[in-house]
Amino acid sequence: MSDTHVQTSTSLPPEPEKATMEGRNKFLGFWLFLGAETVLFASLFGTYLGLRNSTNGGPTTQELFSLPMVFVATVILLVSSLTSVLAIQAMHRNNMKGLQFWFGVTVLLGFSFLGLEIYEFVEYVHHGHTFTSSAFGSAFYTLVGFHGGHVLFGVLWILVLQLQGIKKGLTVVTAPKYYVASLYWHFVDLVWVFIFTVVYLMGKVG
Amino acid sequence: MSTHVSHAHKKKNILWDYLTTVDHKKIAILYLFAGTLFLLIGGIEAILMRLQLMVPENDLFVGTTFNQLLTMHGTTMIFFAAMPLVFALMNAAIPLQIGARDVAFPFLNSLGFWLFFFGATLTNISWFTSGGAPEIGWTAYAPLALPEYTGTGSDYYVLGLQLSGAGTLIGGINFLVTIINMRAPGMTFMRMPLFTWTSFVISALILFAFPPLTVGLFLMMFDRLFGANFFDVTMGGNVIIWEHLFWIFGHPEVYILILPAFGVFSEVIPTFSKKRLFGYHSMVFATTLIAFLSFMVWVHHMFTVGLGPVANSIFAVATTAIAVPTGIKVFNWLFTMWGGRIQFTTANMWALGFIPSFVMGGVTGVMLALPPADFQFHDSYFVVAHFHYVILGGVVFGLFAGLYYWWPKMFGTLLNEKLGKLHFWLMFIGFHMAFLPQHWLGLMGMPRRVYTYLEGQQLDTWNYVSTIGALIMGVATIVFAINIVMTFVKGEKAPADPWDGRTLEWSIPSPPPEYNFKQTPLVKGIDAFWIEKMQGNKEMTPAEPLGDIHMPSPSILPFIMSLGFFIASFGFIYHVLPVIIIGMGIGLGSMLARSLKDDLGYHIHTDELQEKGV
Repeated sequence: MSDTHVQTSTSLPPEPEKATMEGRNKFLGFWLFLGAETVLFASLFGTYLGLRNSTNGGPTTQELFSLPMVFVATVILLVSSLTSVLAIQAMHRNNMKGLQFWFGVTVLLGFSFLGLEIYEFVEYVHHGHTFTSSAFGSAFYTLVGFHGGHVLFGVLWILVLQLQGIKKGLTVVTAPKYYVASLYWHFVDLVWVFIFTVVYLMGKVG
Repeated sequence: MSTHVSHAHKKKNILWDYLTTVDHKKIAILYLFAGTLFLLIGGIEAILMRLQLMVPENDLFVGTTFNQLLTMHGTTMIFFAAMPLVFALMNAAIPLQIGARDVAFPFLNSLGFWLFFFGATLTNISWFTSGGAPEIGWTAYAPLALPEYTGTGSDYYVLGLQLSGAGTLIGGINFLVTIINMRAPGMTFMRMPLFTWTSFVISALILFAFPPLTVGLFLMMFDRLFGANFFDVTMGGNVIIWEHLFWIFGHPEVYILILPAFGVFSEVIPTFSKKRLFGYHSMVFATTLIAFLSFMVWVHHMFTVGLGPVANSIFAVATTAIAVPTGIKVFNWLFTMWGGRIQFTTANMWALGFIPSFVMGGVTGVMLALPPADFQFHDSYFVVAHFHYVILGGVVFGLFAGLYYWWPKMFGTLLNEKLGKLHFWLMFIGFHMAFLPQHWLGLMGMPRRVYTYLEGQQLDTWNYVSTIGALIMGVATIVFAINIVMTFVKGEKAPADPWDGRTLEWSIPSPPPEYNFKQTPLVKGIDAFWIEKMQGNKEMTPAEPLGDIHMPSPSILPFIMSLGFFIASFGFIYHVLPVIIIGMGIGLGSMLARSLKDDLGYHIHTDELQEKGV
């Protein structure tokens, strides 16, 4: 029975996400997965840049985008990145309550971002900018929608991990899960920085 | 530990065993048989096409049927035959070659297989539907692949490749992590066997090459199913985007297939020359250089699109540059044999037959890389001849060399060498007979993907010869099938080290126990097992004392997860929302179940290890 004691929270190693071979594999494997995701989004960005002026007579990027709203969305997402860092710092201090609290804030911010995005899409549809109205429409909703899908997956994933955490606590098995989920969340935020620049800023100015 | 239940001795139903296995050795066997099945299907499609083209103005398979045959032949051979067979060898050999007990992600390994299998099955089911098989070529160019021109066959292509592509990506990540994290003590990167090296490099290629295909397939799916306009020119779309995305994936893909074959030859040739590989470091360098360049050459598939002389020139230079590292490899193999004691085993015959065949394909490759010449060769049988020389003469010869070489390790029996040599010679002769004349057919102006030609245009003779060659290859495959069946019925038992091998996999029994290595071996240099043999040792020096071995539990979830996405695909193809919801529900539900239930695995205890006696 000795090794069940190892997994109690009192004796958690300093970097619990990398304490086991499985954890180290997960850590590296997830970084590599993010490499593949980078190429995936690069392909979507390339497609968008190729088609963003093919509006087929519909509204252009200058007419559609409203920077204040997108700015708010950006702030929300960037702050959620910070709160996920605070969650992982709490994990490193073996503070399960802190981890749950900060991941909870992250999830709330994620949902409010999604709400804002849905509102934005509804606005655009009213202006005649839809998925099927032009090649620009298809490319826009695909790129931004893929990102939104990633955000949705991210919040649901973190929620599932939080619910697990209530029962399982912080162990060398659950710690890598929290860690890679936070990596994923950072990646999703980073993609948004590029969307903000390439889609919205360049769409307003370029 | 509180639970002393041993799973190792439980008698299990063999079907259930393979459905739930997470053991890389069994997954290798699954990949092998699934890949062989699709190889046979793709081969039959090839022979049917050659029968149609045997004589001028034939009417055996015309029009749509011929287009379906050529599409399914290419798609099946690349995605559903060559890829899984490469993964079969990687699964069989890599963990053993690096001294590991399993791959980094055994569960994902199984998931990768089942996603591939259901994807391949999905695409092939299209034959039996009212919409028929896809008829858009394996490259599925828009606008031909748009719903205005083709039916549900194209949907089967898109969704089948999406599923199997996800499986391949998972497999690539798995092998990258396995090779980086799971090497035995002393197995530094520059001591790894060349097959492990090439597999490592192609896993990185998979990681970066498959996402563009994923995106391309998504865009095509959105255009076809949800009315998007990516490739619809009337709505502002651009068909060239598909070509770019497809070839940014497609060119690395051919290196994903050929580099493992290069790795096999780099194992087989030294073993059967009784010499260490000539130029190990330059081999590693050449492999990584080829991989690096493979991302910078995709436009050579698109020279005639009209991207301009500057773009064409840059990509032409990058393409011809690949001949340099490839040449380094060819000379290294020749120098390995030079002064060696060459044994003409079947595995080595494939390697020896490969060198001249592949070099011929490489030479036509350089010819095609020059844009002015390419404008003449483009879309002619010259191109067909070229890529069959590199894929059949390279990849397929490599797969067969690897199969004859590792079969004893995988199954514990030796394939019959006499039948093996007959298989080789029939294949070698049939291959050159089928494809050498196609160079001339192409130069005389015969376009590819066309189902017939007129009499008296000097195309009759060589088409006839080509078809006879294809039939000889069919006979060769039957010989191979007989060899496999005979080996299963009464195959010669294989010793642990039938070829006097040099690398770690030959230091353990054939087939290996489920935990591979009783004690993790200590690696002292390149050709680790050979070093021990030269020091008079029969076994590897262990790097750890005997101890309990932790094993992952088998799981049915990968199968169910893949089945869910398979079911959802039908919902997408036929626009039935409940089927989509049920399928995605099964798939995502399985993912949730995997996340909630932690697999603690089980232990094999020291006394059980002793019983099995290694």
